[in-house]
Amino acid sequence: MAPSSLDVLLKGSSGRNTRGLLRVIILVTIAAAAVSSRLFSVIRFESIIHEFDPWFNFRATKYLVENGFYSFWDWFDDRTWHPLGRVTGGTLYPGLMVTSGIIYHVLLLLTIPVDIRNVCVLLAPGFSGLTALAMYLLTSEMSTSPSAGLLAAAFMGITPGYISRSVAGSYDNEAIAIFLLVFTFYLWIKAVKNGSIMWGALTALFYGYMVSAWGGYVFITNLIPLHVFVLLCMGRYSSRVYISYTTWYALGTLGSMQIPFVGFLPIRNSDHMSALGVFGLIQLVAFADFIRSYLPGKQFQKLLTSMILLTVGLGLGGLVLLSVSGVIAPWSGRFYSLWDTGYAKVHIPIIASVSEHQPTAWPAFFFDLNFLIWLFPAGVFMCFQKLKDEHVFVVIYSVLASYFAGVMVRLMLTLTPIVCVAAALALSAILDNFLVASTPSPTAESKAKASTEDKSLRSTREPVVGIYSYLSKAVVTGSVTLYLLLFVAHCTWVTSNAYSSPSVVLASKLPDGSQFIIDDYREAYYWLRQNTPDNAKIMSWWDYGYQIGGMADRPTLVDNNTWNNTHIATVGKAMSSREEVSYPILRQHDVDYVLVVFGGLLGYSGDDLNKFLWMVRIAEGIWPDEVKERDYFTARGEYRVDEEATPAMKNSLMYKMSYHNYQSLFPAGQAMDRVRGTKLPKESPQLNTLEEAFTSENWIVRLYKVKDLDNLGRDHSHAVAFDKGLKRKRATKHKGPRVLRTE
Amino acid sequence: MAPKRHAASTTSAAPSAITTPAAPKLSSGPATLKANASAAEIAQHVWHQYSSTTPQRTLLLDAFMAFLVLVGGLQFLYCVLAGNYPFNAFLSGFGAAVGQFVLTASLRMQTSDSGVGSKPSSKGKNARFADEVEEGTGTSHERAFADYIFGSLILHFFCINFIN
Repeated sequence: MAPSSLDVLLKGSSGRNTRGLLRVIILVTIAAAAVSSRLFSVIRFESIIHEFDPWFNFRATKYLVENGFYSFWDWFDDRTWHPLGRVTGGTLYPGLMVTSGIIYHVLLLLTIPVDIRNVCVLLAPGFSGLTALAMYLLTSEMSTSPSAGLLAAAFMGITPGYISRSVAGSYDNEAIAIFLLVFTFYLWIKAVKNGSIMWGALTALFYGYMVSAWGGYVFITNLIPLHVFVLLCMGRYSSRVYISYTTWYALGTLGSMQIPFVGFLPIRNSDHMSALGVFGLIQLVAFADFIRSYLPGKQFQKLLTSMILLTVGLGLGGLVLLSVSGVIAPWSGRFYSLWDTGYAKVHIPIIASVSEHQPTAWPAFFFDLNFLIWLFPAGVFMCFQKLKDEHVFVVIYSVLASYFAGVMVRLMLTLTPIVCVAAALALSAILDNFLVASTPSPTAESKAKASTEDKSLRSTREPVVGIYSYLSKAVVTGSVTLYLLLFVAHCTWVTSNAYSSPSVVLASKLPDGSQFIIDDYREAYYWLRQNTPDNAKIMSWWDYGYQIGGMADRPTLVDNNTWNNTHIATVGKAMSSREEVSYPILRQHDVDYVLVVFGGLLGYSGDDLNKFLWMVRIAEGIWPDEVKERDYFTARGEYRVDEEATPAMKNSLMYKMSYHNYQSLFPAGQAMDRVRGTKLPKESPQLNTLEEAFTSENWIVRLYKVKDLDNLGRDHSHAVAFDKGLKRKRATKHKGPRVLRTE
Repeated sequence: MAPKRHAASTTSAAPSAITTPAAPKLSSGPATLKANASAAEIAQHVWHQYSSTTPQRTLLLDAFMAFLVLVGGLQFLYCVLAGNYPFNAFLSGFGAAVGQFVLTASLRMQTSDSGVGSKPSSKGKNARFADEVEEGTGTSHERAFADYIFGSLILHFFCINFIN
């Protein structure tokens, strides 16, 4: 905005330099704004890693920094997925950890003492600054207007759709992946424009980096071939397209296979087949093009038809053969759920149970993108008007990404960049038309005319005379400014209120307005770290696996990696069955402690009882005879926890652990569950095989210790009944020598 | 897998077309072609055109490309017949052949975009100025060759790293 309004003052060669300097300053300011708007969480809470997955990344990074690259590469982790373990080095995307490891070592080399945790916390904001720069480059390729790139950079810097994944402390793959995504696309556009091997190779390099950083690289793997394919169909084949695409594919595929987790996928998995197909197609097209230069039209036609028939026949036959013989793997489940939103719920409950895999609600678009979302179609329309190769790319990207964003909440992230590009194109067109002409200049009219003719970014070509009325100029400029201001206000509000909570530490407001920090998670994890032996196995629902591993440093049964559905279902079965069924499972898996999250006292809705149905469903997927979802609903189909809850519900381990002793907090008969808003039964459930070990301050985290086998060989219910009769003897009865368990 | 294979097989149609009309049928230079010629005649015609108009340097590149196709084809044949046991090694060998082929094709496009029909001989240093104004890629020969080296270095680094 600033450069275009200063145009009149900055003419000539010195003006160019000044404008260049101004642009640099603006970009630096945008990057600074992008970084600083992500620091709410650090200021409000502290420098802490957020949520769930980041805790694993953090733990892996610490391992990398402590043990060096090679042992990280070969890391077999026996402290997760007990008793199976996990080949961590081969099943993660190492890009994020290696990046922060390099930053850490460079900082140490510069003798800047820094904690690895701070590197991890501040990595996402730092890279968001880079994303803004990459966005500037990308948009500048699309438009001749100098303001479009700057606007796009500013949008990208502060739009909530991107901030949601990149606040300080959200140390997740997306933190660097979005920068890589945008930058790879920039390089790709550059490659298509220039048709040089160098840009293609750079695209491939950054694509390889992207593959090492995020599973979403498949988006690039499919988008670029689609772009090329559409260009071919439009009859826009040129040697530039051939050079950039084949270079990218040949180098990028080999590059992506260097990551152990990806391995042979690029030639085995159907997700990658489109890229391979387009690669073959472009070879044929290039060959045909080469032949055509030697032949008159008619013979060429003849040759072409025979060639096409031959290759199509061969290709189809080969593909069918390979698919039938199983060389090419079928499409992955996550991919199916992209097309059929109900697929995951039926076939793979573990994918459907993740909240970020749910379809997007409509308000989320406006919430995350504000006024960009209605500028977005305008920008796409303007791309249609010019429709050079790079504009085709924008159009394809926007169509694909808007569909995907509608299907899965977390793919909003891939939509955000293109929305910023399109909105910036639209807005810069508006501003160029309405702002340039309004500058007070003696030759405003002739200039307006001249600019209407040579500016290619005209949305309205008809009125060659330009905009004369100061009123309309003022109205449009004023309203645009107002929208921009509102956008900034909205972004700041959303960032500070919705996206800056670490979710490890909760904050709430007391009636007098002061902040009240709820730190139950860390309290409980720290208790575990201090009071349990180093190899005490903790069972919890998989959501908390990474956090237990990261904060409490204790082995877990399942975690957020979810690579083994059966193991998760085992935990689900243990949680949802009667104690008599669960106890053998717990014993078989060496479980020492069971952790449940209970929000009933505080009204914390993300607790285990609300996730309980997913445990039941996942367990039902493996043991349909033993666990049935229907048993947990009342006869009228309600999910209840109060007096009328079904026997299966009341006897389930999860229910018992959640409400154990809870009634003693309240006067008799008045126990309330504040999440589900119901009154609870008078009697608190009786636990026989577990004993309460720890309950955090607000009862959010409750830990239970698995009892050892009874000394006298009774089963636990008898032992407890006996104890109830003779309370004096309680201490001596079943407190056997615990040392036996900790070998 | 499939499309790549007959990408290779159709491009290897070029060398096969090369071998068949080797019989001495001296129709010199750009002979005209009958309207309804058979496919074989067309192929013959193309070959004559090609061999008469392509400059020496480009022919060298083409020979290299044909060699790469041969190498890739051999490896593929081995994989099909003898099994893909060292799959890493096969992939990186095959990938190196395909990648190098593609890079060489790109180099050929960049350096001889003009030279096919209109400019048979002016391949000296002067040609690059002419190339720069052209529609095609707008890169000089030196730049194209530097790019080629850059791309090849990355390609072979990946291959060696992947070969196990």
